[in-house]
Formats: sequence, C-alpha cells, structure tokens
Amino acid sequence: MNNPDPTSPDHALPGRSWADLPNDNPPEHLFEKRKQVHPQRIDGNFRRFKWLVMIVTLAIYYITPWLRWDRGPYAPDQAVLVDLANRRFYMFGIEIWPHEFYFVAGLLIMAGIGLFLVTSAVGRAWCGYACPQTVWTDLFQHVDRFVDGDRNARMRLDKAPWGAGKIARRGFKWTIYLVIAFWTGGAWIMYFADAPTLTVDFWTGNAAPVAYITVAILTLTTFILGGFMREQVCIYMCPWPRIQAAMLDEKSLLVTYKDWRGEPRGSVKKAAKDPDAFGDCIDCNQCVAVCPTGIDIREGPQIGCITCALCIDACNRVMDEVGRPRGLIDYATLEDCEREAAGEEPRPVWKTLLRPRTLFYFSVWAVIGLALLFALGVRSHTELSAAADRNPPFMLMSDGSIRNAFTLKIRNMESRPRRFTLAIKGLDGAVMWSGTMSRDDAARSLQIAVDPDQTQAVRTYVVAPAGTAAQDFAFSVVSIDEQAETDRSEVRFVVPGEAE
Amino acid sequence: MANKPESGQRIDKATGTPTVGHEWDGIEELDTPMPRWWLWTFYLTILFAVVYMVLYPAWPMLEKGTAGVLGWTSRGQLAEEISVADQARTTINEQLARSPLERLPQDSALMQQAVAGGRAAFLVNCVQCHGSGAAGSPGYPNLNDDDWLWGGDLKAIEYTLTHGIRQHGDDMTRFSQMPPFDGVFEENQLDAVIDHVLSLSSDANPSAVGAQLYADNCAVCHGPNGLGDRALGAPNLADAIWLYGRTRAEVKRQILAPRNGMMPKWEGRLNPVTIKMLAAYVHSLGGGENFVEVAKDPAVQVDEQP
Repeated sequence: MNNPDPTSPDHALPGRSWADLPNDNPPEHLFEKRKQVHPQRIDGNFRRFKWLVMIVTLAIYYITPWLRWDRGPYAPDQAVLVDLANRRFYMFGIEIWPHEFYFVAGLLIMAGIGLFLVTSAVGRAWCGYACPQTVWTDLFQHVDRFVDGDRNARMRLDKAPWGAGKIARRGFKWTIYLVIAFWTGGAWIMYFADAPTLTVDFWTGNAAPVAYITVAILTLTTFILGGFMREQVCIYMCPWPRIQAAMLDEKSLLVTYKDWRGEPRGSVKKAAKDPDAFGDCIDCNQCVAVCPTGIDIREGPQIGCITCALCIDACNRVMDEVGRPRGLIDYATLEDCEREAAGEEPRPVWKTLLRPRTLFYFSVWAVIGLALLFALGVRSHTELSAAADRNPPFMLMSDGSIRNAFTLKIRNMESRPRRFTLAIKGLDGAVMWSGTMSRDDAARSLQIAVDPDQTQAVRTYVVAPAGTAAQDFAFSVVSIDEQAETDRSEVRFVVPGEAE
Repeated sequence: MANKPESGQRIDKATGTPTVGHEWDGIEELDTPMPRWWLWTFYLTILFAVVYMVLYPAWPMLEKGTAGVLGWTSRGQLAEEISVADQARTTINEQLARSPLERLPQDSALMQQAVAGGRAAFLVNCVQCHGSGAAGSPGYPNLNDDDWLWGGDLKAIEYTLTHGIRQHGDDMTRFSQMPPFDGVFEENQLDAVIDHVLSLSSDANPSAVGAQLYADNCAVCHGPNGLGDRALGAPNLADAIWLYGRTRAEVKRQILAPRNGMMPKWEGRLNPVTIKMLAAYVHSLGGGENFVEVAKDPAVQVDEQP
C-alpha cells in the first residue's frame, strides 16, 4: 500500500477515526532489542578533560565524608555531615538547623538555575561530564576495557557462545562492578554519620538496619544503572535531556557535525580519485565507534547525544592523519554553523557566552547566592519563641493576682553551653518564675542555661497583680557572652473577663 | 532504530521513524518502538504482584480475606509496636516505682518522664471532672492554682489520688463534712455571716454580728481568720478562689445546703506508678508546693487523717 500523504484530502477526511485506520503491526515492532554499545578507546583533549572531571568528582564523593573539621567538644568533627538523628546539617564552618532549611532550598534553587545557566551557555555539559550517571558509566566502561579489551574484542566476546572462558571473564567483570557499586553505596551512608565509627559499626554488624538497606539499594542501583542500563538511562529514564532539548537555542554550544564540510562522504581512496566530488568526512565511523551512547553525531543533534565530545577527539585525530583541517565535528552553535556554511566568520566565543540569556540566568543565580551568603552571615545564633497556654488561658491565684503560663523555647545555636538572661518587657508589676523554681523566687528576669547546640523549653509562669488589664508584652532573651545576641517574642497577657 | 513502514504508515523524514498513521490537526505521532527491557520491568511488576499476593493478605473471600503465608496483619503489627513501646517504658516504670515520690524533683529527667506519663493518664482519667486543662469548673477544683483543699505537695496529692475524697469503703479516704446551717441562722444573721465571710477576702463591709456568729459556728473548721484547715479539707475563705462561687447567693447556698464534692479513689483502678505520675503532673501545673518533712518517723503520715 502506498504511504498516504498527511496533507492529502483523503487523509484529512472528517469523521475518520483512529480505529478505522489499518493497524496490523506485528508485535515485534512494538519493542526494540537493546543494541549494546561498545565505545572504543580514544585519547584527546576532551577525553583528558573527562578524566579530570571524573577523578575530581569521584574524589569529592568518596573522600568528603572523611574530612575532619574541628567544632569543639560539643559538636561532631566531620566536615560534611547530615545528622538526621539530631536534625543538624554540618558543612565545614556552617551548621544548619531544620528551621533554616531554606538555605538548602536556596542551594537547590541555585543548582537548578545553575543547570539552566550551564545549558544555555555550553549546552549539555552537565550530561557530558559531571552527571553521576555519566561519570559512573564512564568508570564501568573503563572496567569493560580493562577486563575484556577494546571495542572489537568486546564485540567478539559478546557474540561468542557461553563457555568457561566467557563465564570467567563475565564473572570477574561483574565482580569488579559489584565492588565499585558497593563502594559507591558505602560512601553514601558516610555522609549521614561519623564515618570512622560507622565504618567499624558497619563491618561489625552494629550499624542501623537503614545503613545496610541503603547500601544494598545503592549497590544494586549502581550495579544495574552503571553496569548495564548506561545510555538507556539518559535516553529513556532521565527527564533532563527532554528539558534541555527545550532550553537549547541556536546560540547554545553543541557538539555538531559540520555537514556542509563533510558531505558527501567518501573514503580517502575515492577522494584521491575525484577530489571535488567528496567532502572532508572519510566515513571512517570513528565518531560512532567512540560514542558512549552509541549514536551517530552526523545525523544531527539528538536526545542521545550527551555532548561528551569524544567524537571530536576521534575525528580530530583522523583529520590529522589524513591531513585535513580539524573541527569537522566541533563544539559550535547552530548559528555559527549557518554562518560558517555561508562562508562568514563565526561569532567570537565570548559573544556566544555573554548574551542576555546567560547574563540573566547568571544574575538570578548570583543574586540568590549573595542573598544566601548575606543571610548566613547575619543570622543570629540565639532565638526565642513564646507560646501561651491556651487551656487554661489565665489562672486566678489565691491572692487575687493573675497568672499566665507560657512555654518559651530558647535556641542556642552555638556549639558551646551558654547562659541567657530571660526578661519581661512591659507588663508593669509582673514577675515570672520557671517550672523548676518556686514562686517565692519570682523576678522580672531569669537566667537560663542552655546546652550546646540545643533548644531549651522553659515553662514560665508570669504573674501580674490583681487589676492588671489585658495587654501585649514581650519576652526578651540576651546571651550572656561577648556576642550578647538578643531576640524577643511578643505575647499577650490575658485576664479573666477579657472577651476572647 | 527504524521500523519497516506498515500499511497506513508514513516515514517521518527528520527521524526516519514511521508514524502511527494518523494525524491530529496536523500533529503526527512517531511509532518509536519501546526498548525491550521496558517489557521486562513490566513482567517484573507482575511477578512482584504474584509474590505479594502469596505473602500478604490479598484476596477478599466470603468470610475474610486470604491471610498470606507471612501471616502479617496491620493489627498484629500494631500490637507488636505497642509491646515494644511498653518494654521501652519498663525501665522508667521500675525507676518510678523504686524512687520515693518526694525525691522525684531532684531527678529532673525522671520527673519529666513522670509528668509526661501523668499528662497522658490525666487525659484519660481526670479530664471528665477537672477539664482537659485541669482548670476545673464550679464544684470541681482547679488544679493549676495555688489553693489546695487537702494539700499541694507531691505526697499529699498522691494521697488524695490514692484514697479519693469522701469515698465510701475506704477508711483512709479524705473525709470531712460541712453541716447544713439551714434553720440555724435567722435571715439577718445569715446576711451578717455572709458579709463577714466576703469581707475576709475583700474590702466588703465587715459585720461585727457576722464575725461573732462566724467565731461560734465556722471558725472551728475554717479557722478564726478564715484561712481554712487542710487537715479537714476546710476551704480557705480569705483568698480569691471559690470552689462554689463568690456571689452572695452562692455563698448563702453553700452555708444552708453545703455540697461536699467527691473524688474517686484511684487505688485499685490505676497502678501505683501511674498514680505517682499523675501526682507529678498535677504538681507541675504551677501550684505545686514543696514537700516539707514534718515527721522523722516514717510510719507517721504527714497528712494522716484525724
């Protein structure tokens, strides 16, 4: 049957439903067999850059929990620690409490806008170099190369029937996968507890069940996603390529095959016979062979391209060998490609990078960053919150005076014990005492000791003489140290007969 | 990647992929094949469901559902978690049972535990009369204030909780009875007594006649200055707190036909540790008094009944 042209009147007949259309696809077309990717070894500038990024990112991931940071005797000495049990987040000199989680939210927003910024400036650089899926896939592909040899050897082994040799090789390789995966999962839990202690506990069976479960899950996901799923994660599972596809524009840097220069393709021999009939591409397929996601960049920008630029390395090497100019595959913007194809000079790189869109993203990103830094710098390490008892709201005492009860919470966000002066502001004639004191010791102000890095709840009774009218007043707190940090909390004094 | 075009399909030029063969207002859908492993994850979910149905309660039957070979139930899990929580409390309970109540304030951690446990027990057993904030209501004492009928230190509160007030069948219960004065006073005498009683706690016009009548009839229990007597549960008439109201009518009614409130004894209903925790909670509400050791001989109760 001929393929109907969608614009033909026959195809656009009104009243024709989808069910009327012939739809007798054989089922094997519904699913596609996985095509294994066996990227070839390559060396070049981008490969070296990838090595560098991989070493740095993996080092950060594996080493960070082991860095120490002295915070004195009352706080953990781990530089980066997410202490879920005690609800504290330590990052070098910064300590974040749960109520300050907006710092983390701010960091996540910065990370999001940072991705926008990087994408609009240099395209999918995140995908190509820094994404954990990319880094671990790269690592596992090096393991493949180490155990099974390069591309051709691996393809041969893939096709070979299962025998003792193949089983041994596969077993060895998957064991290395498992060790890496386990190490990955094991490093993750170190961020959530004191790393040396947890390591001992983990191997002596004394760690919390959640530690073992987390390691098991992360080992499994690393093993499967890094060892086997690889580019399938980027193409089918990850939303980011789709989002980026919408964010890229004609001014974004892409790994691009310059088809006006390369086409039509022809081998060196053919080109030697008829130099004018062929472009620079000698159709050696090296760009496809080295691609970690198994795509052909010459088909144009596509979702499978993570812009790792290994094809640039491969093509440049070939161009050097055949004596043609480098850059047949190159980082270029679509706009530059058009200009180049038309024989014009490409825009300078700084013009591509510094354009309104990137500047806008950068300024938003920087403003949030500066705001966070500012908030971090001026935040107080002392906080007071007062909650009035609602049941009963007031209490008539035997001498006719009125008592109101409050639960005061004093936050000492310093890693050392501190003393605070708690005082009543306003409410003339009123005195207070805490739940652990006697009314005989009631006064206008109290001294409260708070443990390091803790919130101290103080039940406080405020009593005012008979005849005191309902009114607003405040509690104030001052730290008794050089900082003399203060905070206050406004509350209302309630008396009988006041309409509530 | 590319499928072979079937009948009705068209090859999309840009991707080389067949379309599904229909267009919606000019929009066509590519017939991109799914990866095969996707299918395997689908089979895995089916396998998971089958295993789950075998292991856990799944199929509704006529009487009840299938039990599952693990025998798991949400009720069973709850019972298990409650028993774990109970076990976690045994240490605290043992400590509370051992330590004398009057020493509790010295151990602030244990005191906090006791207060927390007492709050829970209070919400179950006591709020019916005393209210959820323990503020009481007319006839039911407010436990937040500093006025105590029978004593406000930890031991006295525990005694009241244990034996109750005016409970029949408990020889050690707190007991006193204000006699009705209906018919004892003339109408004008009654007014004079009320004047005097009200003047004890305010600057109302005092009455000499009332003072004399009070001294003859009331002072034996309420004291010459109306300060009351905790040994008898006789209320303090000179303070701002009135269990049955402070208006003339209410005071008059209490003189003529006194109400004598009752409180259940909790011994036998609640275990001694719970009673201790309740005492600690009530004591913590803001009016608790310090325990003063009067008798050296431990056999002699401080708040022994007359």
